[in-house]
Amino acid sequence: MSGHTPAPQSAPGREVVPADADRLLPERFENPGLPVHHARMGDTDPKAAKRAERQVATLFGISALGTLITLVVYFAVKFDTPMSFAEYMTRLRISTEGLGMGLFLALFGIGAGAVHWAKTLMPDEERVEERHLLRGSDADRDAAVTILKEGAAESGLGRRPLIRNSLIGALVLVPLPAVVLLRDLGPLPGDDLSTTMWTAGTRILTDPQGRPIKPADMQIGSIVHIVPEGLDKVPDYLEQKAKAAAILLRLDPADLDPKSQPGAYEGIVAYSKICTHMGCPVALYEQQTHHLLCPCHQSTFDVTQDCKVIFGPAKRPLPQLAITVDADGYLVAKHGFTQAVGPSFWERG
Amino acid sequence: MTALAARRRHPLAGVVLVIVGLVATGVLYAALAPGRAGAAEDPASDIEAGRALFLANCATCHGMDAAGRNNAPSLIGVGAASVDFQVGTGRMPLQATGPQAPQTQVRFSDDEIRQLAAYVASLGPGPGIPSAEEVDPATGDPSRGAAIFRTNCAMCHNFAGKGGALTRGKYAPNLDGTSPTHIFEAMLTGPQSMPVFDNGTMTPQDKRDIIAYLTTTSKQPSPGGFSLGFVGPVNEGLVAWIVALAALIGCAVWLGSKSS
Repeated sequence: MSGHTPAPQSAPGREVVPADADRLLPERFENPGLPVHHARMGDTDPKAAKRAERQVATLFGISALGTLITLVVYFAVKFDTPMSFAEYMTRLRISTEGLGMGLFLALFGIGAGAVHWAKTLMPDEERVEERHLLRGSDADRDAAVTILKEGAAESGLGRRPLIRNSLIGALVLVPLPAVVLLRDLGPLPGDDLSTTMWTAGTRILTDPQGRPIKPADMQIGSIVHIVPEGLDKVPDYLEQKAKAAAILLRLDPADLDPKSQPGAYEGIVAYSKICTHMGCPVALYEQQTHHLLCPCHQSTFDVTQDCKVIFGPAKRPLPQLAITVDADGYLVAKHGFTQAVGPSFWERG
Repeated sequence: MTALAARRRHPLAGVVLVIVGLVATGVLYAALAPGRAGAAEDPASDIEAGRALFLANCATCHGMDAAGRNNAPSLIGVGAASVDFQVGTGRMPLQATGPQAPQTQVRFSDDEIRQLAAYVASLGPGPGIPSAEEVDPATGDPSRGAAIFRTNCAMCHNFAGKGGALTRGKYAPNLDGTSPTHIFEAMLTGPQSMPVFDNGTMTPQDKRDIIAYLTTTSKQPSPGGFSLGFVGPVNEGLVAWIVALAALIGCAVWLGSKSS
């Protein structure tokens, strides 16, 4: 403090901290002691005590009632006779709600009653138990040090370097299996994320009906949710569907971006339905604005701009599936997706 | 008469007079207003009557020739189904400009809607109004309809058909209480933000299955207890946080407080 230049009078904060602040603050705060003891209503008024007693008994009574409700619901709601699904669900609802409410009352009644009893009727005097010193006695401390030293000398680690070094080697090797076992997390994805069931000539089917589509089936403003033909035959049906799900839209060809024209067929365009942000199905289609919305994080894609992201956290457009028609006049994929569908990842090819 | 004269200057006399006047006007109007003419089911006269209705109620926005102006779309080729849906659910005539035409009170009688539809259908070929058999929920398979609905409709209308939000004030409406005919027509014509689900890619049987699913699910009780509007985890989370957490905090405060 001695080297301090006194601050000028106009310095901010001058009035807030008085010059003799350290004289006002005591060196140690005095123990204020316990607050004044207030007697509870039940301590002074026998009527109030009686009332509290009745309240506790009522809470315990509620608990007993809850137990009875639980038992009654368990035995009264029967599932063993044949019944319709709707009836089964209704009984299930009554059973679930009844058991839950009964068990809640049974347990909460006991707990609340016990707490209320302790708070209103049990002795209410403050007692102080001083904490003992954390430091042990000097004799105890010396004894402990002696034991440690004796142990070190008896083990002979300093005299037997072979044991010491082999122990260090074993300890270094022990964590190795934990690292090697990480291999069981599965094979690396390879190009799984970059390939789908769509290949050149894969017929486009409606989801979930599984019907092929002719261009004439679709009028301007329509949408069809599509899957590749043969999807229902593969064993990893859900994994393949999660990658291959797409949507088929028909717009006025004049509305389409020139970039999407090569993959379009008479104004019909197909795009991956898997959001490039987190992989949710981008399926909300506003027909008038031609916007596709993702329900999870509100990423918005503009179909008239080759599904460019116009709002939200997605970082790249939905991949387009180039389409054409086969000899029978049904819509088919011209070729597979030219880039990986779904969320971006660091090895995306 | 003396009693009336005495109360003539009562502070409430003016109010009573106004009420009596309003009631009298309403009753007289209801009694004397021209009744709706019973329309004959004759196609030619339907078109003629529909045209008159169109010119009086729709032409301001859609144009005298129904070819559309500014924001109002052309009605040539939209078909009778479109008119029956838009006018039959009270979306048209539009009450005010906004993000979306809301479902309001229906402004026309069934006969007038049929006449309007006949007129618009005469302008160009378009989807017609489906017959009662075509939309009968009894002929649909609710289970198959549920699968179709989940893939094609649920993202906007919610898995239980309770509706949901779109962008900039637009929304997919709640489907509860919408008649099977109107559901069918909406899929067929794609009103407003909704895309078209053609009969080619979603057959009338598919549409009936969806209608069967919607009529079934709207009548089913909620097996899990409170449905909370079937809105899903957001609603449930809100209840959990506000109601359940508040109850737990209340218990904790009660545990820690001293008895009076």
